[in-house]
Amino acid sequence: MEKRLQGQVYKFGDNVNSDIIIAGRYLIYIEPDKLAEHAFEMLGESFPSKLRAFDILVAGRNFGCGSAREQAVTAIIGLGFKAVVACSFARTFYRNAINAGLPIVECPELYPAVTEGDLIDVDLAVGEIHHKDVTYFFPKFPDSMRKLLEVGGLAEYLKAQLLNR
Amino acid sequence: MGMTIAEKILAKKSGLPAVMPGQIVDAYPDLVMSHTATWRSVSVMEKVGATKLYDPDRIAVVLDHIAPAKSEKNAADHKKSRTFVKKYGIRKFYDVDAGIAHLVLMEAGHVAPGDLIVGTDSHCTIYGSLGALGSGIGYTEVTSIWITGKLWMKVPESYRIVLRGGFSKGVYSKDLMLHLIGGLGADGCTYKSVEFYGETVQNLSISERMTMTNLAMEMGVKCAFVPPDAKTREYLHGRLKNRAYEEVHADANAVYSKELDMDVSKLEPMVACPHEVENTKPIGEVTGTRIDQVFLGSCANAKYEDLAVAASILKGRRIHPDVRFIITPGSKEIMLEAMRTGVLATLVESGGTLTNPGCGACAGDGGILADGEVCLSTANRNFLGRMGSNKSSIYLCSPATLAASAIKGVISDPREL
Repeated sequence: MEKRLQGQVYKFGDNVNSDIIIAGRYLIYIEPDKLAEHAFEMLGESFPSKLRAFDILVAGRNFGCGSAREQAVTAIIGLGFKAVVACSFARTFYRNAINAGLPIVECPELYPAVTEGDLIDVDLAVGEIHHKDVTYFFPKFPDSMRKLLEVGGLAEYLKAQLLNR
Repeated sequence: MGMTIAEKILAKKSGLPAVMPGQIVDAYPDLVMSHTATWRSVSVMEKVGATKLYDPDRIAVVLDHIAPAKSEKNAADHKKSRTFVKKYGIRKFYDVDAGIAHLVLMEAGHVAPGDLIVGTDSHCTIYGSLGALGSGIGYTEVTSIWITGKLWMKVPESYRIVLRGGFSKGVYSKDLMLHLIGGLGADGCTYKSVEFYGETVQNLSISERMTMTNLAMEMGVKCAFVPPDAKTREYLHGRLKNRAYEEVHADANAVYSKELDMDVSKLEPMVACPHEVENTKPIGEVTGTRIDQVFLGSCANAKYEDLAVAASILKGRRIHPDVRFIITPGSKEIMLEAMRTGVLATLVESGGTLTNPGCGACAGDGGILADGEVCLSTANRNFLGRMGSNKSSIYLCSPATLAASAIKGVISDPREL
């Protein structure tokens, strides 16, 4: 996991559910590339290719609500997003993101300040987001989650555990 | 300090005398459920190189979404799940004939008060209708529990919701939950454990309680409970066989971060409008809305009682000629009971088409909607494109509202029939 994530923001609203992120018909796939081809397709056919131009996904309240489908996270990783910063997350999305090694940050203060295409800089090591001349703060990950993010997710963590047995 | 139901269960399953909200514990679930997603967990198991399970008897596999297989890819995925089950001696396996995982596991006696159950489905919250802590997780995490037996869990804060009074005619627990979700919002209970109390809940059947803890997910809960009582014991009698269990109740001095008190006697039938469950309206504001399809199915409202309520309204009547009526019983047990009592015959005679038990159209398996079409459904989600075209719409309601509307061809008030 990179500790410092920089790039252009794409901004969503509140209550973006996991059916919107990846429709049920594509759950036959688990590969990031295949899922990314159809990510957010419900919002319009051009969405998957359009979103590839951005680096950090910013959203409002309750991002990833609804279905516990893990592929909602995989699809976002497949699109090339380095992190998701939202006002709040649904619990299954939050868990799945950590387990997939996708940095995920709750920072409601940032939300009203950013617009699509803005550059932001997320510093996971210190818990800061830099946008224009303003610094926003977020709590650092607890050890249990940091461990998973650092090795790239739960599957990698398990693999390492099994090798060390 | 006293503990809530979720606190007590998480303390017990992590071997601690007491826990506090916000604390992160390593908990050992009694059961980890995976549905049609099982093949994905098997793929992760192969990827990480694991060959041993922590305890095969704590694993349940139910093939319910997109079942029987609809494509060669589905068929290969199902086969992978079956091969895994055979190889590792998983006894709690239910194939494509059984129905929706949640209902099947409760019917089969795999859910008891005080259990901790996690699974690859957000609506695992339904297990709280029997006093068990149920919560959804992803398929990679399922693999992790298969191997290690445990997962980290954050102890949630708890809300206490007290419900008073009885429902008026034509009102059901689905209407109550749509009302609560509309009021509290899709994130009104995010990360929270919700406990339901009061005479309203005590008087509700187990089936109606299942609808409550199932729909509670749509307010973002981690888990939801109806504390076990005589009705719970009666439901479990004969199902649990000789399995011992201990009911878990909250302490009198347990701490809740929010308490709500509501009189349900004035409640009206409710409908969730496209494309979010929190977008709820009293029936009067949506009557007359044209519908093309009605779906009587899902883990929320395809239990025997739900089918029987719809049948009581449809008995001797025909649905509107412009409406397609899809009936998907929640499980084989439910379908058999509805066959024996004549409920299925009534529904089919009214103009319905019967599918095999399972998730059906709620998971996009049959009953797909075309551009501009409208479906009225007893399921728990009306998200954009969930049942087909992103130019179609889904409204959610109770089985009674569904039946009344099917007859009229437009959303209709069940109290007027």
